[in-house]
Amino acid sequence: MSTQNYTVIGTRPIRHDGADKVTGRALYGADLHPAGLIYGHILRSPHAHARIVSIDTSKAAAHPGVKAILTADDLPESGDRVLDLGEGATPLSYLRGNILAKGKALYRGHAVAAVAAVSAHVAEEAANLIQVEYEPLPCVLTAPDAMREDAPILHENLKTKGIEEETGKNSNIAHHFQFALGDVEQGFAEADVIVEREYNTATVHQGYIEPQTATALWNNDGRVHIWCSTQGAFVVRDTTANILDLPVSRVKVIPMEIGGGFGGKIPVYLEPVAALLSKKTGHPVKITMSRKDVFEATGPTPGSYLKVKIGARKGGRITAGKAYLAYEAGAYPGAMVVPGAMCVFAAYEIPNMAVEGFDVVVNKPSTTAYRAPGAPNAAFAGETVMDEIAEKLGMDPLDFRLKNAAKEGTRRVEGLKHQKIGCIEVLRAMKNHPHYKSPLGGPNRGRGVAIGFWFNIGLPSSCTVNVNADGTVSLVEGSTDIGGTRASIAMQAAEVFGIPAEDVHPIVVDTDSVGYTAVTGGSRTTFATGWAAYEAAKDAVCQMKQRAAKIWEADPASVEMERGTFRSNGHAMTFKDLAARLADTGGPITGNGAVNPPGAGGSFSGCIVDVEVDPETGKVSILRFTSVQDAGTAIHPAYVEGQMQGGSVQGIGWALNEEYYMNSDGAMVNSSLLDYRMPTSLDLPEIETVIVEVPNPGHPFGARGVGEASIIPPQAAVANAIHGAIGVRMNRLPMKPSAIMEAIWQQKD
Amino acid sequence: MSRNGHSKAYVKVTINGESAEFLCEPRQSLLECLRDIVGLTGTKEGCNDGNCGACTVVLDGRIVNSCLVLGVEAEGAEITTIEGIAHGSELRPIQRAFLEQAALQCGFCTPGFIVASEALLDQEPNPSEERIRLWLANNLCRCTGYDKIVRAVQQAAAEMQETKA
Repeated sequence: MSTQNYTVIGTRPIRHDGADKVTGRALYGADLHPAGLIYGHILRSPHAHARIVSIDTSKAAAHPGVKAILTADDLPESGDRVLDLGEGATPLSYLRGNILAKGKALYRGHAVAAVAAVSAHVAEEAANLIQVEYEPLPCVLTAPDAMREDAPILHENLKTKGIEEETGKNSNIAHHFQFALGDVEQGFAEADVIVEREYNTATVHQGYIEPQTATALWNNDGRVHIWCSTQGAFVVRDTTANILDLPVSRVKVIPMEIGGGFGGKIPVYLEPVAALLSKKTGHPVKITMSRKDVFEATGPTPGSYLKVKIGARKGGRITAGKAYLAYEAGAYPGAMVVPGAMCVFAAYEIPNMAVEGFDVVVNKPSTTAYRAPGAPNAAFAGETVMDEIAEKLGMDPLDFRLKNAAKEGTRRVEGLKHQKIGCIEVLRAMKNHPHYKSPLGGPNRGRGVAIGFWFNIGLPSSCTVNVNADGTVSLVEGSTDIGGTRASIAMQAAEVFGIPAEDVHPIVVDTDSVGYTAVTGGSRTTFATGWAAYEAAKDAVCQMKQRAAKIWEADPASVEMERGTFRSNGHAMTFKDLAARLADTGGPITGNGAVNPPGAGGSFSGCIVDVEVDPETGKVSILRFTSVQDAGTAIHPAYVEGQMQGGSVQGIGWALNEEYYMNSDGAMVNSSLLDYRMPTSLDLPEIETVIVEVPNPGHPFGARGVGEASIIPPQAAVANAIHGAIGVRMNRLPMKPSAIMEAIWQQKD
Repeated sequence: MSRNGHSKAYVKVTINGESAEFLCEPRQSLLECLRDIVGLTGTKEGCNDGNCGACTVVLDGRIVNSCLVLGVEAEGAEITTIEGIAHGSELRPIQRAFLEQAALQCGFCTPGFIVASEALLDQEPNPSEERIRLWLANNLCRCTGYDKIVRAVQQAAAEMQETKA
């Protein structure tokens, strides 16, 4: 289907929540001030690894204005079941342990106690009066170090799950796995050119501008109300209920507007603590993290150690690929290393592959999703090796990729075959772009390319539509809107109804008011919640056809509806006119859609970047950047471009500046936005975008998720451009000035 | 005296053209006063240490990070917040441009960007792209990559020029 058949899809309506968001009226998590509100503050461990010997709260409790104090002992013993929260199963004991440390602090910033008081300042003062006796333990901060036999052990009951026989020994390696296809050694034996390189990448943070915040009220009827900033209200409900040992129906989560997330606002940190403080005090309790807390205590994305080896024949066909990925999970198991392993070679048809992965706990904050989690690390390694092979073969890097590009039916290393994908189309669009053909125009300048794959996810979503008498529709949904999804979801309902996008009013509601809806993550919202809206609209249209049939005394099966007009045997009535007749033809119409769709089409993204390297200082400037992505059918192209631009710039920051700069005691020494140094408007050129549309056959309108893939290729593309500029191959992230200078000096030696 | 023993100061200001008064502790920032005491929550807190610009307001004609100004320092000042940008029910060109250019995703940094951009356009009706990027380098946005924000400021500048001409 081509987008030309659509009247709403592919247009750029103003987002429905726009006026609220340009006038300051939109209410985000911290904007709520219910009557009787008091404030919480969390005391955090100053040590990266320490036994908690004792906690004395007496001085804090006596501080004027203090209402309640909590430690891990106040959390109910709710057992250790495994929770499936949509983006992976997690044992409850880990979730609970991260909320408030019990026995041991596993990273600097680990929550140890909480105070509620009349003001945030008083709560902070009181928290600092809590006396915690720690017995500091040696800490371990990188995956290779934590994997050593003599490494300090974080968890006293963690054994490696994986391919070896169980030894019964405690280990920091939570998971060891291998994917293999074909005969990788035979593949390398057939290769004329082989490149093998190793890489280190630093821990980086999602960097959303709004810190985590939660307000909770434990009501007198025993129900818990939570207002918070989250990517998934139902995840907050389910996690909080499990930690508090309550049935899920006792917890109601009201998602406020969310100030960015990128995966980082899926986990729960504050909500159960705020709820228990409310239970103890009878007041609603608000806890908001400081920026330092956000860096030190919320999930960043893993640092990693990687090795990638690729072999190819003289003509450019890849014969074998091998990868070794060791990711830092942080304090609790769950580094997104499996997705990294799935994506490292996914852009290519390679007959022989072997990928080995390790999920390793270290004394850093527990990592969580960050936009295509796991894939950028892997692609940085894979796509720079690809560039080096192309160079050795004397081939254009895009031609080399095109020669090996994955297509429908290509088997990936984890065993699944690609569905219909746009890898070749993306590469061709890059090759044909004027940027790729333009002169670089100066010394110390280079151009790099890279591509990346992200599989995207489906998961459950629910929607209800209510047809109003004035011919508009209200659309009730459960996906918090991080980047314009109210619009992209409403547009899909509008397309079914044949009415303007503006006539569908989307509203994001609480967990009592809509069916289960999984997280806004995995690039699933426009795909899956959009699909639920499509089904809900179809349901309403079906009922409206019966009303039209009743009015015309016709057979309901004879009524057709196209572009907003119902017709049967010469009769015709617009959606608007029929909507006005609902009251007198049987009453209101509500349409429902509840889906759990398979068929989330994977998305490919590629970028072309020109850089200039200052050989005196090592500073890398981005001169020009073009992002190309397969969006399937682009529902709202402006917000597709926005996802591409935002992901690209996060990738640039990851490439050049961003890192958790840790001292040897495991303290992050750059935990402010000044020192963490995300890209500013002045660091960047225009981010050009090309939307490629290879419709996804697994979606009613052909949509693919677009939220994540664009963050995958920039790191490697920048590294390849640096090589073009000054001839050095970078093997670590970030490629900050000091790293560039070291590489230059090593080259001279 | 407040409940925890700190005495409160009386502060009289003009906010968005209306006179206002509030009581605050000496340690409370203007940001805190605006959000938690006056109830103007459109101004956002992203870092509370002057590095993100989400709390940008105009104070006596200059843009400031309101997290770095104490409430008591604002005594007698004229303050414009995001709530005071629109003229009644009519959006300003910069606000419309942000919507038309899709220059916001999560919208959390948007109030700071709009206040800062409006201040720029007040002073320099026709800024270059470089000038816009320099001016807005005080404000962090993590969603958009800034591209559409720059376009929105350019669009608003062009519209305001046309209206004048």
